[in-house]
Amino acid sequence: MSIDYEIVVGLEVHVELATRSKIFCGCSTQFGAEPNTQVCPVCLGLPGTLPVLNREVLNLAIRAALALNCELAEHTKFDRKNYFYLDSPKAYQISQFDMPLAKNGYLDITSPNGAVRRIGITRVHMEEDAGKLLHAGQGGQIGNATSSLADYNRTGVPLIEIVSEPDLRTPEEAYLYLTGLKEILEFSKISDCNMEEGSLRCDANISVRPLGQAALGTKAELKNMNSFKNVRAGVEYEAKRQIRLLNEGGRVVQETRAWDAEKGVTRSMRSKEEAHDYRYFPEPDLPMILLTADMVETVRETLPELPQAKRVRFQTQYGLNEYDAGVLTATSELAEYFEAAAMGTNPKAVCNWLTVELLGRLNVEGKTIAESPVKPGQLNALVKLIESGELSGKLGKQVFAEMAEKGEAPQVVVKRLGLAQISDVDSLKKIVMDVLAANPGPVAEYRGGKAATLGFLVGQIMKVSRGQANPQKVNQLLREELEP
Amino acid sequence: MEYSTLSAVDIRERVVRGELKAEDLCRAVLDRIRALNPQLKIFLAVDEAGSLAAAREVDRKRAAGEVLGPLAGVPITLKDNLCTKNFSTTCASKILDGWKPPYNATVVERLKAAGAVLMGKANMDEFAMGSSCENSAFHPTFNPWNPAYVVGGSSGGSAAAVAAGITPLALGSDTGGSIRQPAALCGVMGFKPTYGRVSRYGLMAFASSLDQIGPFAYSAEDAALLMSVISGHDERDSTSAEIDVPDYRAQLSGGLKGLKVGLPKEYYGEGLDPEVRAALETAKQVWRAAGAEFVEVSLPHTEYCLAAYYLVATAEASSNLARYDGVQYGLRGEGGHLLAMYGATRAQGFGPEVKRRIMLGTYALSAGYYDAYYKKALQVRTLIQRDFNAALKQCDLILTPTSPTPAFKLGERMDDPLTMYLSDIYTISVNLAGLPGLSVPCGFTSQGLPMGLQIIGPAFAEAKLLQAAHAYQAQTGWHKRRPVL
Ligand SMILES: [Zn+2]
Repeated sequence: MSIDYEIVVGLEVHVELATRSKIFCGCSTQFGAEPNTQVCPVCLGLPGTLPVLNREVLNLAIRAALALNCELAEHTKFDRKNYFYLDSPKAYQISQFDMPLAKNGYLDITSPNGAVRRIGITRVHMEEDAGKLLHAGQGGQIGNATSSLADYNRTGVPLIEIVSEPDLRTPEEAYLYLTGLKEILEFSKISDCNMEEGSLRCDANISVRPLGQAALGTKAELKNMNSFKNVRAGVEYEAKRQIRLLNEGGRVVQETRAWDAEKGVTRSMRSKEEAHDYRYFPEPDLPMILLTADMVETVRETLPELPQAKRVRFQTQYGLNEYDAGVLTATSELAEYFEAAAMGTNPKAVCNWLTVELLGRLNVEGKTIAESPVKPGQLNALVKLIESGELSGKLGKQVFAEMAEKGEAPQVVVKRLGLAQISDVDSLKKIVMDVLAANPGPVAEYRGGKAATLGFLVGQIMKVSRGQANPQKVNQLLREELEP
Repeated sequence: MEYSTLSAVDIRERVVRGELKAEDLCRAVLDRIRALNPQLKIFLAVDEAGSLAAAREVDRKRAAGEVLGPLAGVPITLKDNLCTKNFSTTCASKILDGWKPPYNATVVERLKAAGAVLMGKANMDEFAMGSSCENSAFHPTFNPWNPAYVVGGSSGGSAAAVAAGITPLALGSDTGGSIRQPAALCGVMGFKPTYGRVSRYGLMAFASSLDQIGPFAYSAEDAALLMSVISGHDERDSTSAEIDVPDYRAQLSGGLKGLKVGLPKEYYGEGLDPEVRAALETAKQVWRAAGAEFVEVSLPHTEYCLAAYYLVATAEASSNLARYDGVQYGLRGEGGHLLAMYGATRAQGFGPEVKRRIMLGTYALSAGYYDAYYKKALQVRTLIQRDFNAALKQCDLILTPTSPTPAFKLGERMDDPLTMYLSDIYTISVNLAGLPGLSVPCGFTSQGLPMGLQIIGPAFAEAKLLQAAHAYQAQTGWHKRRPVL
């Protein structure tokens, strides 16, 4: 008889904060500089140097905690995490241990079937990043390296660690949690969340238990997953491995495992017995931080509207459907673009132009919304021209194509191409009379009771006016002329 | 040139008046170092070029009519755990032999800006761990009053440089008595300011929550002069206090009259040398005669100080000294792989006392022992702070011996670390409480060895301590005695 198992996953996510300088010194955090060019005595950990907290790090970390619905500590402090390794020039990392910045938050994830699940966030804390190592020799591992090179540019880059509760139940939920987290952090300008540059890293604690059992199973910590898809695949593989092990009468051991993306397997890195004793103790070089209500409120005021709240507002304020609201709030840049373009005009029309025409075009060209040749004010003007009847919807597409091509304002394009809609009665009447005179047959048919002929006549008028005649007014004038 | 009895205040005034050329004085100091260092072994490195250049700059400024700093032309000695840019800084350890920091400690910057002439780096116990200067990896320092005796430690070289009349001022660091104890054993004044009064930036850390830089001088007036230069907030040290620095020298008058002075009964019990006890009794009479009033106070957790100190200090040290791993700078031991290299570097680079304390501290922080040792020590520390706060409500200042004994003979305590640790029994509590403490000479033993008394005050009451010491010195003149060299 086989047992049904439940997967239990908690994620530990390290995120690089988007500050210009490092957490405890003034060195730049710019990615990609020549090795060891963004260093100073402090981040090199030279004897006698002392750390000084970058206030911007604290502000961004508070912002992250607020965005993740956490309770902020009144008192928070830094601790030293001691370990010997080449990537840590002080042989300890300044981190936070028993008094983290924030606790007890949550993040809501929405499954494809629409169900919303609230995932608990255990804690958010601040810490410094370590250096980057390059091992020469076989395998690129330190164990069999002939020599190792250390780049300390990354040493002291500010991080926050976000630890989730073991609330995730499927590999897909782990994936959704990460995309949701990334969305919030990017939206709030807390981090650029660039996984390739290492500004977002994720470890997963994975265990399985028989369905219905309350106690947690023995967990394995999975490392080395460098994309969200790898996290999903790694969790999936590891959970299956544990289930298979249990079904075969085996036992899961507590250990750290690494995900091998190439082979698609996890393998053991070190057992619990080999785990480090980090000998945490309070960092004596940095005073305890008192978070006053004022400080927190000041940060809260700078907190932008988060994607979920924005999605709801876009539906109520602009009358958009859920799908469109979702598309427009995918990034803060796109949402800002939409709101600027929709100012004072028909939001649904702006949404259509934006999602169908503009995004389609940008997609083909591989551009982001920030690189759009059509600026929000220009799209706004285009929609206004159409809404006011100065430009027909049909010609609008032609105008838009010109705008996207040349970066011109719609008014300029309309003028240059002479595409303005003809709405004044005298001009229209002249065209109508000309068309009626040229088509005595259809006129007689209409008068004889064949109402459908009206469409033919409208078409003729549009043709003569090269599409510029205002269709509503044309209809009205025709009826007036043709009625007995 | 005979300058060795000139005070820093005298020197600066003569330089300002043009009666003394800073360069001439600097050359005389270099001569005296050459004459005395072979026998006393005070200096680990002498900065001949740097000191002469600084002295010439003072002379140039004076000739050009520019404003001269408060320490213009005054020679000073630095403990070798204070970072000096491009100049040897070793902490008296083999692991840093030959290392030249790429930056200056904040106090060094302030001294230079004040026109001081930095003569060189003084010997110390390796990484400031010790009470006799015998833990230096290079050589011990010999007491100018009698070379058979130790100078105390860990800032023994700095104390000896002042005692031997080489420089009127010196800087040391004090983690558990490392300024005050050698000051007492060398017959000079040594001052550990309130924690946070002086920036620690550039002081190679031993125990970060206890370390504090402070001056050595013969007189309270000279110490006050130096204190005003080195004190004050530093944006590079988050633990430095944002409290204004008074002109300590201008506030020296005030005397002992009407002062209420506390005598903690726990500090006058067993283990106190009879000659030191007698010297303290005599000193009390002087204070009383000058108008001070004595009250008995109690510091009930005194017996736990030593244990708490050796847990907190070694725990922090185990972490602070972990960076000496042979990777970036200093000694690198040979090893086939990383762990072997770490092991070889640290085995060869650190002396036995440093290793002992790293082991102790590592143990105190280890999983399963943290609560019983480190955490407990922090709790005791809080109790000790409360003791002092309560005692200082009943009095203005506290008077105690500085060291339970005068200087001991070289080698006498090297095989007995516990007795060595007892050398700091009266001073470590002050570091645990973060308070200012000052040692001032209070007499000589029958063998001609100096002794000191300790004055402890409330946080940031440096001016009050200096006032009391100044008034006491005016009554006694012990600080005017000099060793025959
Ligand atoms: Zn730096």
